[in-house]
Parts: sequence; C-alpha cells; structure tokens
Amino acid sequence: MHIPDGFLDMKTAAASAVVSGAGLALALRWAQRTVAANARPLMGLAAAFIFAAQMLNFPVLGGTSGHLMGAVLAAALLGPAAAVVVMTAVLMVQCFLFNDGGVLSLGANLFNMAIAAPVAGGAVYALLKRALPGQRGVILAAFVAAWFSTMLAATCCAGQLALSRAAGWNVVFPAMFHVHLFIGLGEALITTLILAAILRVRPELLAKAAIPGSGPTMGMFLLWGGLLALGLALFVAPHASPLPDGLEYVAGKLGFEHKASAAPLLPTPLPDYQLAGKTGNWSTGWAGAIGVLVVFTLGWGMALVLVPAARNEAVHGASLH
Amino acid sequence: MRIQFIDAYSRLDSPIHRWPAWLKLAVAGAGMGCLIALPFSGWPFWIVWASLLIAGFGMAKIPAGFVLRRLILFEPLVFGVALLAWFQPHGGWIFLTLMAKSTLCLLTMIWLSNTTPFSHLLRILQRCRVPTLLVTTLALMYRYLFVLVDETDRMRQARASRTFRQRKRQDWKSLAAIIGVLFVRTTERAERIYAAMCARGWK
Repeated sequence: MHIPDGFLDMKTAAASAVVSGAGLALALRWAQRTVAANARPLMGLAAAFIFAAQMLNFPVLGGTSGHLMGAVLAAALLGPAAAVVVMTAVLMVQCFLFNDGGVLSLGANLFNMAIAAPVAGGAVYALLKRALPGQRGVILAAFVAAWFSTMLAATCCAGQLALSRAAGWNVVFPAMFHVHLFIGLGEALITTLILAAILRVRPELLAKAAIPGSGPTMGMFLLWGGLLALGLALFVAPHASPLPDGLEYVAGKLGFEHKASAAPLLPTPLPDYQLAGKTGNWSTGWAGAIGVLVVFTLGWGMALVLVPAARNEAVHGASLH
Repeated sequence: MRIQFIDAYSRLDSPIHRWPAWLKLAVAGAGMGCLIALPFSGWPFWIVWASLLIAGFGMAKIPAGFVLRRLILFEPLVFGVALLAWFQPHGGWIFLTLMAKSTLCLLTMIWLSNTTPFSHLLRILQRCRVPTLLVTTLALMYRYLFVLVDETDRMRQARASRTFRQRKRQDWKSLAAIIGVLFVRTTERAERIYAAMCARGWK
C-alpha cells in the first residue's frame, strides 16, 4: 500500500503532508506530555520491532506471501499516540533507507498507515475491548480493528490516487477495496495470532498499554476525530459524487469536470440512480456489509480457538481491567 | 548481518559521499519536484535527469547490479499501480508517464539513501527543529533495527531446524509466535537500554 513517488500530484501531496504533519504534531505533543521517561527508549525499539516483524513473510496460496502492516498491533501494544509516532518512524525509515514508498508521497503514506490506521483502528480496538472483557475480547477487538484499519487505509490510498488523476476512482476504488477485503483478513489473522502468543507468555503486557500514560483523553479524541474527518473529506468525499461515471467522463472531456466533481460532503441517502441499478456502488456496499459480518464471525471464532475458556475466566477481571 | 542490504553503500568514500547531506537532499528534492510537476510534454527533462543519475551513481561508485536489484524489488509495485491508470481516457499515455516519473524518482531515492548515512539525515531533522522525541525514536530505531532483524533471523532459523512440517497453518502460528516472543524480548531490551542510558547521563 506504499504509494511510490510520481503518482501523486503536487496538490494531493501537499494537502496530505499538511494533514499528516498536523496529526504527527498532535501525537508527539500527546506522547511528550504523557509517556514516562523510562518508556521513551521503548518507542524506538518498538519501531525497530515493527520493522523486523514486517520483514517476516507469511506464506499464502501458490508461492505468494503477505506481511504485516502492524498499525493495530502497535496501537494495542503501545497505545494510540505512541503508535502514531512509531508507525511514522517505520515509514520514514522505509522511505529513506529502503526506498519503499516515495518521499513526496510520504505525507499521503503517513496519513494512511501511520495516522488513520493506528488511530481509527486503535479506537475500534479500545471500544470493542471495553464491550467484551477478558482475553477473548482482546482477540475479537484486535481482529476487527486490524481488518478495519486495513480497509480504511486502502480507501484513503485509493482516494489520493484518484484525486491526483493517476487512476479513475471507479477503477482504483473497487480494485483496492476488493483486494484489501482479503489482505485485511490476513492482517487481522496475523495480528491476533501475535497477540495470542503474547497473551500466552506475558498477559500483563496487554493489560495496559506497554507505554504507561499514553491513554487517550476526550479532547485528544475529538481532535483526532476532526483530523480524520478532514482527511476523509479531502481524499474520499470528492469521489462519492452522485454523478454517474459516463457523465463524469463527458464532463472531463468538456473541461468542466472540476465543477462537476465538487460533491456535497454529505451524500443524500440512497439517491434514486442507485435504485435504478448502478451496480458498481451497490456491489461494493454489499461486499463491505458482508465483509463486516464475516469479520465479526471470524474474529469470534479466533477468540474461541485461541483463548481456552479456562484462561478467559481466570484472567477476567484480574489481569485485564 | 543479512540486513546490510538496507543502505549498504551509504558509508563509502567518494566525492559525492563527501558532499554535505543537505546539498544531496536539496538536489534530490528539486529533481523529484520537477519530475512530478512536469507533464508528459516535459519528457526531455526525463532524459537529462536520467543521465545525471547515471553520472551520480558512477561518481558515487555504487555497483549497477545493486541498483538494478533494488529497482526490480519495487518496480512490480509501481507497475501494478500504474496499470490501474490504464483504464481511463488516454490511459496509455498516463501509464507511460507514471512509469517513467516513478522509476526516475525511485532511482533518485536509491541514489540519495546510498550516498548519505541516515545519521546525517537525522541531524538535518534536528536542525529543522523536529521534536526530539521523533528524532530519538528514529535514531534508536536505526540503531536497533539490525539487532532485532538478526534476532528474528536466529529465531526463525532455530524454528526451521526443529520443526519439519508441511502444514501452512502451523507455519502461520509459529511465525506469529516468533513475533510475539520478539516483542517480549524487545520490551526487556528497552528496559536495559534505559538503565544503560541513564547510567551515562541521558535525560
């Protein structure tokens, strides 16, 4: 999902750099205020850990392999603010040393994988974990959050590519979305397997975030939420335009596409053209809805398999919460 | 150390390596900025920049084989994204433009990261008043990256020599267990590092 250099135009690169810069500044401020001095070296080490974990290839069918992104893993292990800083460090090293992902698209990559994924994924993880106490709750929450963070990052990535006119939204969004339905499952599977391994040997590491004091406050969550909404409004909302693709194409040809694509931020619910059979959006919507159901079911299955009932009961209330 | 491939040539000695880091960063940034900003009709600049890059690699004594291998590693990704651009009006031209721009930018970054040690780039960040927490995190990450990747390799080797299994499911589980153990060891190492840093007067 690392966007290489050359695909984003100046306006998209600059806009995403500004949004990411603000997000990173927020995370650094938050971390600087709350992370204790003795936990600061762990942030550097955790970044190296995520990098090393990303280098392990998990075999998939037919000789292909996948690897971890690690945003939700970092958020679960370290807390959201530290996770943003850690993922930023990982992406910067990948960009400057390993040449994975471009420099001019670093802002966009940071927004997708170091800000949107750990913050939104971390929020989903925290909410579900609170709803479902015990170790099984941890597994289910991590499974759903990891999948969600991957889908969110993929959607933002598609939006940025389409905004730069590198590819049409009607091509790049379905492609990214459908592929990442499965990549997200891989990410969720790896994340939960790792967390289950840690729960087996050192459950207390997951009882609270390993970096103490980086817990979120209400104000911070509001700021983060606003920032994410801004990013989505910039990258994704313009493409949720209620115009059919053919019209967009004509508009592009006549040269007033810019006006036409200024879509409302709040799309009207079920505009009639959708009912008239615009299959593209429907199939994506259905795929997403079915995906959420499948993910919750699979996550619960993983929780049942990975955490024996005895351990779930024993730990409930003692070490977690 | 297997991981030496990351920025293997950044500490060579050549005229280019002796340039100050900010100069190399500025040159690379300016070049890539022009590449992105110019439309397809700006193709003569592609040729100029490509020849400059070849000269740059030559002067820095970076082996062509290494550059090619690194290019082949990431070119499929570039190709995949560029392919999506084909499905639109004038897609062929956009595809070609994206491939050319992206490959040239990638080469520029390979040149930059293999002529400039990471610590020099960090010093630039520090001078730009980037918060210390981020710079410290990056510096510690770079320092322990090699250690942790080596440790992962050792664990993977140990596992491979003990478990002869054909089953993929077990593979995933044991790979995840390796990462889990790696995290536990990482937290313990971080505690030791903190103690050692305090003993040497770090605040």
